Amino acid sequence: MTDQTAYNFAYLDEQTKRMIRRAILKGVAIPGYQVPFASREMPMPYGWGTGGVQVTAACLVPEDRLKVIDQGADDTTNAVSIRRFFQRTAGVAVTEATAEATVIQTRHRIPETPLTEGQILVYQVPIPEPLRFLEPRETETRKMHELEDYGLMHVKLYEDISRHGQIATAYDYPVKVEGRYVMDPSPIPKFDNPKLGGNAAIQLFGAGREQRIYALPPYTQAISLDFDDYPFTASKADHACDLCGAPDSYLDEVITDDQGSRMFVCSDTDFCASRRAAGHVGPMGAPSAGAAEE
Amino acid sequence: MSILAKMKMQPLLSVRDLSKFYGGRIGCADVGFDLYPGEVLGVVGESGSGKSTLLSCLAGHLAPDRGEVIFDTQEGPRDTVQMAEAARRRLARTDWAYVHQNPRDGLRMGVSAGGNVGERLMAVGARHYGQIRGAAVDWLGRVEIAADRVDDRPSAFSGGMQQRLQIARNLVTGPRLVFMDEPTGGLDVSVQARLLDLLRGLVREMGLSAIIVTHDLAVVRLLADRLMVMKGGYVVEQGLTDQVLDDPQHAYTQLLVSSVLQV
Repeated sequence: MTDQTAYNFAYLDEQTKRMIRRAILKGVAIPGYQVPFASREMPMPYGWGTGGVQVTAACLVPEDRLKVIDQGADDTTNAVSIRRFFQRTAGVAVTEATAEATVIQTRHRIPETPLTEGQILVYQVPIPEPLRFLEPRETETRKMHELEDYGLMHVKLYEDISRHGQIATAYDYPVKVEGRYVMDPSPIPKFDNPKLGGNAAIQLFGAGREQRIYALPPYTQAISLDFDDYPFTASKADHACDLCGAPDSYLDEVITDDQGSRMFVCSDTDFCASRRAAGHVGPMGAPSAGAAEE
Repeated sequence: MSILAKMKMQPLLSVRDLSKFYGGRIGCADVGFDLYPGEVLGVVGESGSGKSTLLSCLAGHLAPDRGEVIFDTQEGPRDTVQMAEAARRRLARTDWAYVHQNPRDGLRMGVSAGGNVGERLMAVGARHYGQIRGAAVDWLGRVEIAADRVDDRPSAFSGGMQQRLQIARNLVTGPRLVFMDEPTGGLDVSVQARLLDLLRGLVREMGLSAIIVTHDLAVVRLLADRLMVMKGGYVVEQGLTDQVLDDPQHAYTQLLVSSVLQV
């Protein structure tokens, strides 16, 4: 007996997935261009990754192995609930290991482990329009993209320098794709910006509320905007991870008591855990169970 | 024939039969004139006479229903009405400038004075912060705004300062043609006088051509070389400014000139 009450594979009906796949293909064909699509109501609030979920649903096949991260972590509410959503509605295998995953849905981070060909990285995007807070009219921003009229983008950076003495934009840092479209990379830290360009994986961006999909095909050029005398720098906390000792990963600052003590830990939990399993120990870390047995 | 005379042969802006209708109503109709480099043309007339419609059509903000606007671009004379929008926008941020009556329409109120002045430079490809800022400070000085106000937002400026800032923002890329829509409207007389002084200086110094729309005859007397009087969408009289103002031929021009209050 077929189960009449079960969800279609990956929740969305086939026609919707088809429509989304068309938008994705168009996005891949025109890197950085925001393709409008008929975003559906999803069983989660806007701002929780409704766009990313729809893109993931349209990409998933039963053989896929899915990883979901939220600010780099596999174990936070957003990541756990979306992972469980696809376990229930698609029955796909899941993993926390970046290298094993075929589809990775992410909120606000690019994994530290370099991605490989064949992997798909899906971003959840709150505001896809990089010009939004500079030019409120949607008709005008579309015109500006059409005519490559991007002077305004540098006005924002100019304001940053005149007010703060440096480019203070630390996340959501705009990039120019293949010398054509200025693109909002979703609120990833600018530390991750260099990984956008020349990446081996397909990068797809879904904005559910704003009904836009855009994409970076593998090995696409994406250059962070800057000034000649104030070049772009990928910044991070000047520290090494306190758990695994990694000097070059993006760090979260965690306040540990009300006396002002704090520690810095990798925001990418899978990266940190695998380093500790390999025997790396930071100043505040204890050797992990796997390493201690040896 | 001298070189000057040859240069004079080629108008900067040449307008033919320009018409714009709002449904059955006339916005402006059958307007035609030539503007030569370095010349300032005043357009006067009462409210609703089609002055602003004409200016918007010339500057490409409105699409005229008929006629041509031929601008002498770097690549030779081109009809800006038929031009692709991308090319027209490029003109709008290099060779043209547009000064709005209300500075709030022409400025970005959320962006500092320096950012406002630098925007056009960045739009044409300037990517060196120090140079952009230097140019901004230089231009603020030329419109008599103190250099230490460069990081203040225009909302912290007085009306007259906002208008001067708007002028600086427009002239920073060295345009050849400036459209001005009532540049002194809404300013008190002493501020107006200073602004006019400044404008006159800049126009002469940079050799700008300008089209100034106003209902203030004193403004055109001071700034304009030639004058066009409009009524009901039509040009009723045009000629040298002093000639039109001192010896008006058309009944409406006579009314306009005699309506000015003498202090």
